[in-house]
Amino acid sequence: MKYIKKIHHLPVSIILSGLFLIIISLWVIIPNIIVPNALAQNLANSNLPAGSPGHILGTDVLGRDVLSMLIAGSRSALTGPIAIASGSFIIGLLLGSIAGWYGGFIDRVISAYADLTLSMPSMLLAIVAAGIIGGGYWVSVAVMIILYSPFDIRLVRSAVIVQKSKPYIESALILKIKTLRILSRHIFPNIAMLVMVNFFLNIAFGLVSMSSLSFLGLGVGPGEADWGRLLADGRQVLFTAPAQAVGAGILIILSAVAINLIGNFAMEKGDFDES
Amino acid sequence: MNKSTFIIKRLLACFITLFTLSFVIFSLLFLAPGDPARNLVGTRRVTDELLEQIRAQHHLDEPFLAQYSRWLRGAVNFDFGRSIRTNMDIIDHVAPHAGVTFQLVGISLVFSICLAVPLGIFAAKNKGKKIDRVINIMALVGSSAPGFAVGLILLYFFAFRLRLFPMYGASGIDSLILPAITLSISMGAFIVKLTRQAMLNEISSDYTVFMRARAVLPHKILDAQLKNASSPILTSTGLLLAGLFGSTVLVETIFSIPGLGSLLTSAVTFRDVPVVQFIALALAVIICLASAFTDIIVYLLNPNVHQSSKSKQGGL
Repeated sequence: MKYIKKIHHLPVSIILSGLFLIIISLWVIIPNIIVPNALAQNLANSNLPAGSPGHILGTDVLGRDVLSMLIAGSRSALTGPIAIASGSFIIGLLLGSIAGWYGGFIDRVISAYADLTLSMPSMLLAIVAAGIIGGGYWVSVAVMIILYSPFDIRLVRSAVIVQKSKPYIESALILKIKTLRILSRHIFPNIAMLVMVNFFLNIAFGLVSMSSLSFLGLGVGPGEADWGRLLADGRQVLFTAPAQAVGAGILIILSAVAINLIGNFAMEKGDFDES
Repeated sequence: MNKSTFIIKRLLACFITLFTLSFVIFSLLFLAPGDPARNLVGTRRVTDELLEQIRAQHHLDEPFLAQYSRWLRGAVNFDFGRSIRTNMDIIDHVAPHAGVTFQLVGISLVFSICLAVPLGIFAAKNKGKKIDRVINIMALVGSSAPGFAVGLILLYFFAFRLRLFPMYGASGIDSLILPAITLSISMGAFIVKLTRQAMLNEISSDYTVFMRARAVLPHKILDAQLKNASSPILTSTGLLLAGLFGSTVLVETIFSIPGLGSLLTSAVTFRDVPVVQFIALALAVIICLASAFTDIIVYLLNPNVHQSSKSKQGGL
C-alpha cells in the first residue's frame, strides 16, 4: 500500500513511461507466448492493408503479420543495448575505480585512453567497424561497448575521487581495511545509485545506436525481426503500406524517450554529488 | 599556461586523435575478412594472375605497416590514392558528394542555433513555470529520439500525406529542408538544454544579484549573462557537431540524398578501403578542428573560464 501511495506523487509522464517499459519488457522476455508464430509466412495473405481482420497493422510482402513482427522485434532491438550497457558498466566500474582510487600514472594512462576514445566520432567509427568486420549483431555490440565505456570510466572515476576525500574513507584507511574491501563495501554503495541510473540511460543510447546500425543493414540480416531492420525494410513500401516502418519508428522513439524520462527523473531526484 | 602553448597543445591533441583514428580504421580494414581484389572483379571469372595484378596495382600485396606508411606518406601530400571501385582519384570521386552534405549540416546548424538558443534563454527566464516544463519535455523528447526514425515519420506525414516537401533526392534547397529539420530537432534539443542550464547558472550567480540590487537596467543584466553563458554553449556546440555528422549519414539514407553519408555506407559495403578511409578521416578532421577552434575561441574570450568549463564537460 505504501508504494501505491507513492506512485500518486509521480508525474504522469513518468507513470506512463513506466507502464510502457513494462509492456516492452514483457515483449522482450516472452515473445514466444505473446506472438507464437511472429515470422510465419503466408503468401496467400501478403500485403494486406492495415485494419484487415486478424491483422490490425496488415501484413508484409511475405504475408507476415506486421504487429507480431514489431512485438517479436523488441527482443533483438533491446537485448543488444542491455548487453552494451552492462559491458560498458563493467569496464567503467573496473577502470574507473582503478583510475580514481590509485591516481598517478595509471590514472593518466586510463584517462588518456578515455579522452582519446571520446574524441573519436563514435557513430562514424561504429558504422565503419560494424560494416567492415561484418560479423553481425554481437560484433556491433562489442564495438559499441568499446566506444561507450569511456563515458562510464569518467563517471565512475570522478565519483570515486569525490568519495575518496570524505572522512569515512579516511577512517577506513586508518583501520587498514583492504583496498578491494573499501572499494566494494564502502565506496560502491555510495556511487551505486548514480552508476545504476547511468546504466539505465545507456540502454537508451544503445537502443538508438544499435537500431541505427541495423537500419543501415549492419548487424542483423534482411528479413529478421528487429525494429531498425523493420524500419529499413518498411521504408521501401512507406507510401503504400506505412504501418511497418512508421510503427517501428514510433516504437524506437517511444522506448528511447521513456527510458530517458525515467532516467533523468531519477538523476534529478537522486541529487548526486559528482563534480 | 599562456595563449600559444594552449593553442599548440589543443592542436596537438587533435593531431593525435586523427592519427590514432586513421590507424584504427586502417587496421580494421586490413583485418576484415574478404578480399578487396575479389570484390573489385565482382562475380566475373578471373585468373589468379589477374587478381595478383590487381593486388599489385593497389599495393594490396604489401605487409600492413608498409601499406599504412604508404597511405600516410600520400596523405601528408594530399594524395589519398584512387577508389578501388571506380579507379578515380579519391578527391574527384568524393568531392561531388561533399557539397550537399555540407549544405545540409550548415542549414541544420543555423536552424538549430537560431531556434534553440532563444528557447533555452526563455525557458531559463521562466524557470519552474508551465512553459519551462513544456520546453523541457520537448527538449528531452527531441534529444532522445533518433534522427532516422524522426526523419521517416516526418517524411511520411509532411512529404507524402501533406505534400509540403519533395519526397526524395537532392533537387535543390527545398529538398534539403525536411532533412535539415530532422537533424535540427535532436541538435536543437541538446542546445536548448545546454543554454537553459548555462543561463540558470548565470541567473543564480552573485553578480546578477549584485546588479539587480544596484538597479542595473534589465537588458544590461541580460547582456552580461549572455556574454558569460556563451562560452559553455559554444564549447558544447562544437562537441555536438560530431553527433551532427554522425546522424547525417543515417538521415541522408532516409531521404535518399546523394551525400557523403550515402557514399560512406556504400563504400563500407563494397570495402573500398581508400574511400572509407578518406571520408571517415575528412569528417573526423572537420569535427576535431571545429571542437579545437571552439575551445581556442572560448579560451581567448576568457582565459580564466577554461578550467571550469573543461571539468563540466567531464560530467556530460
